[in-house]
Amino acid sequence: MEAEYLYHYFLRLADTSLTMSQRLAEWCGHGPYLEEDVALTNISLDIMGHANLFYQLAVEISETDVSVDDLAFLRDVDGFRNPLLTELPRGDFAYTMVKQYFVDSYSLLLYRALSESCYQPLADVAKKALTEVQYHHERSHEWLKRLCMSTEEAQQKMQKALDELWFYTSELFESDEGMIYLQKQGIAADMESIREQWHSMVESHLIQCQLILPESGWVATGGLQGEHSEHLGYMLAEMQFLQRAYPGCDW
Amino acid sequence: MPVSATQVESWLEAVKDPEIPVISIKELGILQSVTIKAGQVRIDIIPTYSGCPAMYAIQDDIKAVMEQHHISQFIIHVSRTPVWSTDMISEPGRQKMQAFGIAPPVAKNQDVVCPLCHSTHTTLISQYGSTACKSLYRCQDCLEPFDYFKCHAPVS
Ligand SMILES: [Zn+2]
Repeated sequence: MEAEYLYHYFLRLADTSLTMSQRLAEWCGHGPYLEEDVALTNISLDIMGHANLFYQLAVEISETDVSVDDLAFLRDVDGFRNPLLTELPRGDFAYTMVKQYFVDSYSLLLYRALSESCYQPLADVAKKALTEVQYHHERSHEWLKRLCMSTEEAQQKMQKALDELWFYTSELFESDEGMIYLQKQGIAADMESIREQWHSMVESHLIQCQLILPESGWVATGGLQGEHSEHLGYMLAEMQFLQRAYPGCDW
Repeated sequence: MPVSATQVESWLEAVKDPEIPVISIKELGILQSVTIKAGQVRIDIIPTYSGCPAMYAIQDDIKAVMEQHHISQFIIHVSRTPVWSTDMISEPGRQKMQAFGIAPPVAKNQDVVCPLCHSTHTTLISQYGSTACKSLYRCQDCLEPFDYFKCHAPVS
C-alpha cells in the first residue's frame, strides 16, 4: 500500500513539473526579447530536470518495468496528476509570470519541507531542486514587482492574470488519502502548512505590488484524480506525438 | 597490471565540460570519485543542474577515455548526492574559468569581477545567460558584456 501511495505521490510531483516545463518551453522563440527567451527556456530545462528526478523515484518504487519515458510520453490525460493550474495555456507574458510566481512560491515551500523527508531519495531530490527553485522564485518575484510598478497597461494585464489564475491556486495544496498517510509517516509534506505559508508570503507580495486580491469564488479541482481540462489533451498530443508515432525513438 | 583509481582519475582529466572546454569535470566537481572493486572501475558523477543536457555528452566522453585505455570493466553512476555546489569548483578550475572569459562564482553579497579588466564595477543584465548555470553581466568600466557562473551555496 505504501509503495502505491509513494508511486502516486511521485507522479503528482513529476507531472506538475513536466506540465510547467512544457508550457515554458513553448516560449522558445517567442520571448519578448532575447535574454528573456533564453531565461524562460533555461528555467523550463531546470524544471524538466526536476520532473525527470521525480519520475525516477516513481520508477524505482514501481513493481513493473516502466521507464521514465513511458511515464512522460505514454500515459493518457486521466493518468496525469498535476493540478489544472500548470496545464493552462501559456497566455501572454503577464499570465505566464503570475503563474510562474505562484508555482515557484509553491515549489520553494514544498521542496524546503521535502528536504526534511524521512524518505532519503526524496529528500535528496528536493534539496537539489531547491537550489534551482530559489533562483526561479527570486526572478519571478522580481518580474511581478517590475511589471506591476511600470505602466498602467502592464498593471492591468497583471491584475487580469491574477483574477484569472487565483482560483486555480487552491488545488496546489490538495491532498488525497495516500498523501495524508505519507505525511503521517514523515515522508510527504503537510499541505495545509504549505498552504498557510504560501498565502502569507504571496498575499503580502501581491499587496506590495498594489494588486487587488480577488474575492472568494469558484475553485478549480480535479487534477489529483486525473480529471483535467481540455488543455492537457492538446498539450500531450504535441508533447507525446513523437514517442507514440515512433515508439522507443531515442536521440 | 591492474589499473589504479589514481590512474583512472588522471586519465579523466581529459574529460572537459562541453560548455567550458578548458575545465575538466574533476575541476568542476562533477567527478566525485573513482573506486575499484573486484577489477571493476566505478565512476561516480553528479550533475551541476538537474536538467543539465551536458550529462549525456560527459558520460559518452568518459566511455571514450576508458575505451581508449582498453578498460572494458567499468560503470558510470550518476549519483543524487552530494548535491553539487559551486564550492566544489577547484581553485585551478576557477582560474581557468576566468581566463576563458567567465567570471567565477562569488558569494551573493560580493561583487562580480569582470574577467577582462578585473573591475568590480559590474551590473547584472539577465539572471539567465547562455546556459542555466550562467548569468549575463556587463562591465561598467570596459563596457564588455560577460558570462558569470552563478553561485550555488552548499546544501546541508
Ligand atoms: Zn571590464
